[in-house]
Amino acid sequence: MAIACALPFVLSNYRVFQLTLALVYAIALLGLNMLTGYNGQISLGHGAFYATGAYVAAILMDRFGVPYWLTVPAAGAVCLLAGFLFGLPALRLEGLYLALATYALGVAMPQILKYRHIEGWTGGAQGIVIAKPEAPAWSGLSQDQWLYFVVLLCALGMFAIGWNLLRGRMGRAMVAIRDQPIAAEAMGVNTAMVKSMTFGVSAMFTGVSGALGAIVVQFVAPDSFSILLSISLVVGIVIGGLASIQGAIYGALFIQFVPNLADQISKAAPWAIYGVFLIAFMYVMPTGVAGLVRLVCVRLGRWRR
Amino acid sequence: MNALLHQMFSGLASGGIYASVALALVMIYQATHLVNFAQGELAMFSTYISWSLMQAGLPYWGAFFITVAAAFVIGVLIERVIVQPVENAPILSVVIVFIGLLVILNSLAGWIFSYTIKPFPSPFPERPLFGNSYVSSHELGSIGITLIVLALVFVFFRFTPLGLAMRAAAQNPASSRLVGIRVGWMLALGWGLAAAIGAIAGIMVAPAVFLEPNMMAGILLYAFAGALLGGIDSPGGAVLGGFIVGVLENVVGAILGTDIRLTVALVLIIGVLVVRPSGLFGKVRVTRV
Amino acid sequence: MAARLLDVRGLHAQYGAIRVLHGMDFSVEEGGITTILGANGAGKTTTLRAVCGMVKTKGEIHLSGTRIDGRSTEGIVRLGVAHVPDGRGTFVDLSVEENLRLGAYTRRDKAEVAADFERIYSCFPRLKERRHQQAGTLSGGEQQMLAVSRALMLRPRLLLLDEPSFGLAPRIVQELFEILGEINRQDRVSMLLVEQNAALALQLADHAYLLETGRVVISGTAERIRNDEAVRRSYLGY
Repeated sequence: MAIACALPFVLSNYRVFQLTLALVYAIALLGLNMLTGYNGQISLGHGAFYATGAYVAAILMDRFGVPYWLTVPAAGAVCLLAGFLFGLPALRLEGLYLALATYALGVAMPQILKYRHIEGWTGGAQGIVIAKPEAPAWSGLSQDQWLYFVVLLCALGMFAIGWNLLRGRMGRAMVAIRDQPIAAEAMGVNTAMVKSMTFGVSAMFTGVSGALGAIVVQFVAPDSFSILLSISLVVGIVIGGLASIQGAIYGALFIQFVPNLADQISKAAPWAIYGVFLIAFMYVMPTGVAGLVRLVCVRLGRWRR
Repeated sequence: MNALLHQMFSGLASGGIYASVALALVMIYQATHLVNFAQGELAMFSTYISWSLMQAGLPYWGAFFITVAAAFVIGVLIERVIVQPVENAPILSVVIVFIGLLVILNSLAGWIFSYTIKPFPSPFPERPLFGNSYVSSHELGSIGITLIVLALVFVFFRFTPLGLAMRAAAQNPASSRLVGIRVGWMLALGWGLAAAIGAIAGIMVAPAVFLEPNMMAGILLYAFAGALLGGIDSPGGAVLGGFIVGVLENVVGAILGTDIRLTVALVLIIGVLVVRPSGLFGKVRVTRV
Repeated sequence: MAARLLDVRGLHAQYGAIRVLHGMDFSVEEGGITTILGANGAGKTTTLRAVCGMVKTKGEIHLSGTRIDGRSTEGIVRLGVAHVPDGRGTFVDLSVEENLRLGAYTRRDKAEVAADFERIYSCFPRLKERRHQQAGTLSGGEQQMLAVSRALMLRPRLLLLDEPSFGLAPRIVQELFEILGEINRQDRVSMLLVEQNAALALQLADHAYLLETGRVVISGTAERIRNDEAVRRSYLGY
């Protein structure tokens, strides 16, 4: 935690920017993990919720002059509703079919965003450019450093919400539905409600993340929210560790930094690496990096004794 | 009227492509109850193989048949090496492996062949047949080839011993073992056939959409829609669904504007899944508690 | 003493961590019919599955001297072992004729296969009538006939039958068992029959084994067990 606070002061602006983005992704990954890791509902289309949050923030800031910090909860609210509404028909879909439906959502999203009848709002294929928020004078921080702390604060808040949710009754219900849906139903868990709520909350997290992302990147355009974004998010939770809160952080670091490093090898390399890692992790490390860390800690603990 | 007819024929041509890919999807689904998310990328990669063969000097049809054979082999290998180990894993793992495959094939194509868009030749003459203004020779030829492939597949499954064994292995693997069928190899064969069919679809569509690594992404979505509409466990239904989606997509695109076409697929997919998941011709499945 | 077609020694079998068979010894003679009797849950079905390589086993299973334990089910079938499983295992979505054709899937002798089709159809005229009908629409008795016929299309050396009388009307069961007897006599097909209907099984078989919670408790010729009132009353319930 202390390291996280100290970092912006020792690293260059560009690195701070990258770290900020990693934090943004971590929030999105926590959201997706809730849905897929804890509740067992596969989503290959969460990029769509990220895009929704981003566009809500961009439109509010650009068309209505709403201050940036207000747009974040607004985006969250919109996505909470959108996710819940999408979750309702999705109730009837299991595993594979849900993956199909969300895949369709992910693929169709850029086209929806480019739809000419809403171009007035969305800026069409060119998207919207957002002004970068200024750091307040009393802080003495650069813009990037200020943004970093804003995002860090949001991340802490979201993680706290998530942690609370997952430890409580809702979280147990979610896991029960994932592992034994019929038994859960028989024991009185309102499966339909929990599943839809989980979709909504998961979308909310991703929407908040999208809004923050838009603010940090200062730009939204339809083609940045293609199916590849949705797939990146899935890569993130798989590498980080399904059904793990810390996993969101490991996964975010992976999907933020690996493409940058791999890009230097070749344009195709990042995705090739994603693909290989996805398959490898499924065979070899299904619990992801978080699982590995847990294992190492347990072994270390035993060895010390 | 002219325009509508033209749209319908175009729709049938693309519908044929969707029908082929949908058939490939259904073949794998019938045998494994899994949807191969990487089907489109497999087809795309195979199309690149035929492009390379032609660049190396092979005539069109020579490259065509060699590519189909190569795709078959690749499909078999993928099933044996990558899919078989996760056969009994939870659905999330399998979906992730498929996505991984999708991504690897896509980036491999980009790396080996670069991302620049390439033109792809058509074996059919430039001028439309009989000088008509509704349908190009390529579209007509494409529909023809699709129908031939589908007919061959139908005959194979219905009238040959191997086709019968594959149907049996897909429906009832346990009983199939009891008559001596090597079920594992039947699955591999199914993947091989699906890959071959996909390759033909890719080769047929490339002249129209141009060859590039992302060319199949939208087509895969339409194929999903077609397969679901027709019934994901009914090969005949999937083919019909593919044609319907093709025509629908073109006609709706002409009326509402082409930029909304993918959304049509999305709406169709969700609609079918919610209203009648078994599709028009599939079997309704009842889960016993 | 006739040669043993199937020789099983020290057979253990388990489903995952649960042990079901604990060291069974039994055999089937060339051209003979052996029956395995016992109550529900005694392990009868598991025994047949073990012979076919469908469950994890320990111990030795010999088919005419060749060891078959540890082999794949398909491999064992190709050595001439046909299994009519409980539940019949019919390919319900395929036609009657397709089901029969699958029975002969591993055979190369086309003319003989055609001849076998003729024989099955004359033995079971109802199957001939319904040859193009979907197998799932047949009645219980007809499906059982189909299941046995499919197994016979293999021209097996050894036929495994799992509770063939289950759920069938007495008249049909009688018919079925008569046919089984004929097949055994005429074609020298050896059989391993698992049955709950002890009376019927003992009439057909030459040898019998009584299974209780995975162990053989009584064995002997069918005639001896049939005539032993004490055994019949306490173990077989009649």
